Amino acid sequence: MKHLLSAADLSLAEALTILDTAESMAQTQSRQMKKLPTLRGRSVVNLFFEDSTRTRISFEAAAKRLSADVINFSAKGSSVSKGESLKDTAQTLNAMGIDAVVIRHHASGAPHRLAETDWIDVPIINAGDGTHQHPTQALLDAFTMRRYLCGARDGAPAADGTTLEGLTVAIVGDILHSRVVRSNVDLLHTLGAEVVIVGPPTLIPVGAQTWKARISYDLDEVIRVDRPDAVMTLRVQRERMSGAGGGYFPSPQEYTRAYGLDAERLAALQDHAIVMHPGPMNRGLEISAAAADSPRSTVLQQVANGVFVRMAVLYLLLASDEGLEA
Amino acid sequence: MTSYLITGVAPLGGDPTDILLADGVIAAMGSDAAREALARDDVVTVAGAGLVALPGLVDTHAHLREPGREDAETVETGSRAAALGGYTAVHAMANTDPVADTAGVVEQVFRLGQAAGWVDVHPVGAVSVGLKGEHLAELGAMAGSAARVRMFSDDGACVHDPVLMRRALEYVKAFDGVIAQHAQDPKLTQGAQMHEGVVSSELGLTGWPAVAEESIIARDVLLAEHVGSRLHVLHVSTAGSVEIIRWAKSRGIAVTAEVTPHHLRLTDEYVRSYDPVFKVNPPLRTAADVEAVRQGLADGTIDVVGTDHAPHADEDKDCEWAAGANGMLGLQTALSVVQETMVDTGRMSWADVARVMSGKPAEIGRVADQGRPLAVGEPANVTLVDPNATRTIHRDELASRARNTPYAGMVLPGAVVATFLRGRATVLDGALNR
Amino acid sequence: MSRQVLNDSDITRSLRRISHEIVEKNHGAEDIVLLGIPSRGVPLARRIAAYITENETGVEVGSLDITPYRDDLRSQPMRAMGRTEMPLGGIDGKTVVLVDDVLFSGRTVRAALDAITDIGRPRRIQLAVLVDRGHRQLPIRADFVGKNLPTAASERVLVKLTETDGVDAVEIEDER
Repeated sequence: MKHLLSAADLSLAEALTILDTAESMAQTQSRQMKKLPTLRGRSVVNLFFEDSTRTRISFEAAAKRLSADVINFSAKGSSVSKGESLKDTAQTLNAMGIDAVVIRHHASGAPHRLAETDWIDVPIINAGDGTHQHPTQALLDAFTMRRYLCGARDGAPAADGTTLEGLTVAIVGDILHSRVVRSNVDLLHTLGAEVVIVGPPTLIPVGAQTWKARISYDLDEVIRVDRPDAVMTLRVQRERMSGAGGGYFPSPQEYTRAYGLDAERLAALQDHAIVMHPGPMNRGLEISAAAADSPRSTVLQQVANGVFVRMAVLYLLLASDEGLEA
Repeated sequence: MTSYLITGVAPLGGDPTDILLADGVIAAMGSDAAREALARDDVVTVAGAGLVALPGLVDTHAHLREPGREDAETVETGSRAAALGGYTAVHAMANTDPVADTAGVVEQVFRLGQAAGWVDVHPVGAVSVGLKGEHLAELGAMAGSAARVRMFSDDGACVHDPVLMRRALEYVKAFDGVIAQHAQDPKLTQGAQMHEGVVSSELGLTGWPAVAEESIIARDVLLAEHVGSRLHVLHVSTAGSVEIIRWAKSRGIAVTAEVTPHHLRLTDEYVRSYDPVFKVNPPLRTAADVEAVRQGLADGTIDVVGTDHAPHADEDKDCEWAAGANGMLGLQTALSVVQETMVDTGRMSWADVARVMSGKPAEIGRVADQGRPLAVGEPANVTLVDPNATRTIHRDELASRARNTPYAGMVLPGAVVATFLRGRATVLDGALNR
Repeated sequence: MSRQVLNDSDITRSLRRISHEIVEKNHGAEDIVLLGIPSRGVPLARRIAAYITENETGVEVGSLDITPYRDDLRSQPMRAMGRTEMPLGGIDGKTVVLVDDVLFSGRTVRAALDAITDIGRPRRIQLAVLVDRGHRQLPIRADFVGKNLPTAASERVLVKLTETDGVDAVEIEDER
């Protein structure tokens, strides 16, 4: 496995290797000296064509903790915004001799082009492409679920080889435009969990009925009947309320009434159930302040876990010239 | 003028015979041919054993990009690609820069075609000024010009205003013109990148639903019926569209339909590579849609194959999907793709191929001297193809200035050996003949 | 082709002797932390700790994964990381005894020293190995050795332990 482009590409063995390695990385991060020399002398480029401070910082922290050099390239104000193509940008980086590219792009499939063409020949890590995939997000979500929903369910490190067999995860929100949900559906299925995707019909894509997930338009029914172990709420963009044909749903109020994770729905969850969100949150829209700040919320742990997971991915793809062989 | 004696060739795949092309016409066939050849000097013999003779192919739909995008293709380079693909006539779409919405521009394109001399270029006139879909262009002037335009299309864009479409359908009756519609409801396809379905949901690309094509066709066939006019539907791509056209024909509506070679051959699964060479409008559809258009072509619901040859400069395809331009090359590979999908599978004969790639296209475009039967006295527009040859398609070996063929690296059956335009060999031994 | 050079009794005797030597050299077991290097160093460290505990108190056991510190990561197939478990008392000021199955080039120990330096500051670091097979590439020596095994560089030394392989044995295999 040379690249990490999509959660759908990961076999169970590969997914577990990444998650178990992330646990080993996490262990090293409780020391005073958080830096490991493993990727010393290697350079990683954060090629971010879309604004994303939190993901970029997470990858930057991960790379630096492994002693790699990090170069940040953001599209604003760069030659790209002046019309330089993805191809030219990639070839320029290739000529500079960098060792890996972490790319976030607004066009679905942009990381695939980098991996498939001869513009650049290094491991490509997808940090989010359009509405397609965000594999490291799904990995950090799974890492979090392993700690809070398996074993002692107390957030302690998970044992090697822990899967999510037998768990039910509900993902609620703008499914149509979410790369986080696509990656999560793929990875959760691989790890043995059942997934239910919930949202208004206008935000569920044509074709989703073939996904490895149940579809529901009724969040309350899902909470009552499916009894999910984790509820992941997705960010809903207010821009979706307007636009062609009057928007995807009539008003923020109507959305929150039907799909918001409010205090009542929070209370109806199982005792051990956790509340997740990839961030950034629209408090009061898809997730109430009560839910976001409750002890069940793992939002901040997800952020911390993101660094461990990204350290694991960088290590597994870069440390050996042969990449990851599961 | 050199005469050509083609020996032992199978006209439309039938029994081998000889054909003599002289003075711009099919001068003789059968045993007469060799005898007549002896009476002439400057006769070149072309070995036709194992080859199939077709009337020169006529394309209802190609983009030659000149004027305006000569970096992608010119009338000269596009004509060469057409001749190498077995074509003797090509309809050149109007979405050039400037748009072909006046007699001046269509005449310019017409003369460029004549000067190049590889195929007859028949310019298509725009339906609306600037392709904006607001005001009728000077259809009459274009019809009366030296280019004698009979087909009008805003292709690239849909004539979506129903009133404008009605007016256009009515107006062209005066000179036996036809409106060729690119059926795409613009509001249902805003930001669309690929066919809306299972694959688009996985790939995270905005979908182009089949209903956006079908709803326009349904409206247009009813309009054509109401005003009593001809309608031609370009690049039919969905099963639903085929059914609507089948229904319309059963009601006696004067509608004709076209399918592209790529819609006969490729599905939306190819988009999984995210390679913009597969990005096209209308998009590649599902396997079920491919089967439906193949069936439609075989049973006559779809009348013709039109290439929708759409060259693009490298930088418009060498990029991420969203930044890619829509369109694929088609002139040099069309006959092979039709052979692979329809003839070699037993669904069509070579006579059927002659109908859908020569006879009917000429009829729709009202091109009187093309698409004629292979018979003595007819203009010598003849294509010779070797159905048993195979060739690997290489991007750099095509005659087009652009290289965006979706078949790069693929092995396709059949090779055009010779093309004759009014008795003059434009292609001999599979290569351009000056 | 492989031949056995140590059987289960040999191994037990070696480990018992090592455990005595550790206690003797350090004047007791107080403040001793045995850190096994995964994978086989870990069960060896546990056994040595158990033998020490038969007569002394105070010894602690942990594991030290040195994978991130290796100098040969690029040229080898990807290695999975192991777990590092430090005892509750940490290693600052302690006598750390690194435990591994085979001492060969010395590079593993070099990596272990770097790892320890990043984790804490022991008072001293010592090295115990079941087998020393020679061919050092770095100036590193073991304080406690179960058996000195002269080998050809091309041979492979296979250490098998009940905890990991179901049997106790040390074998030498000819490299083809």
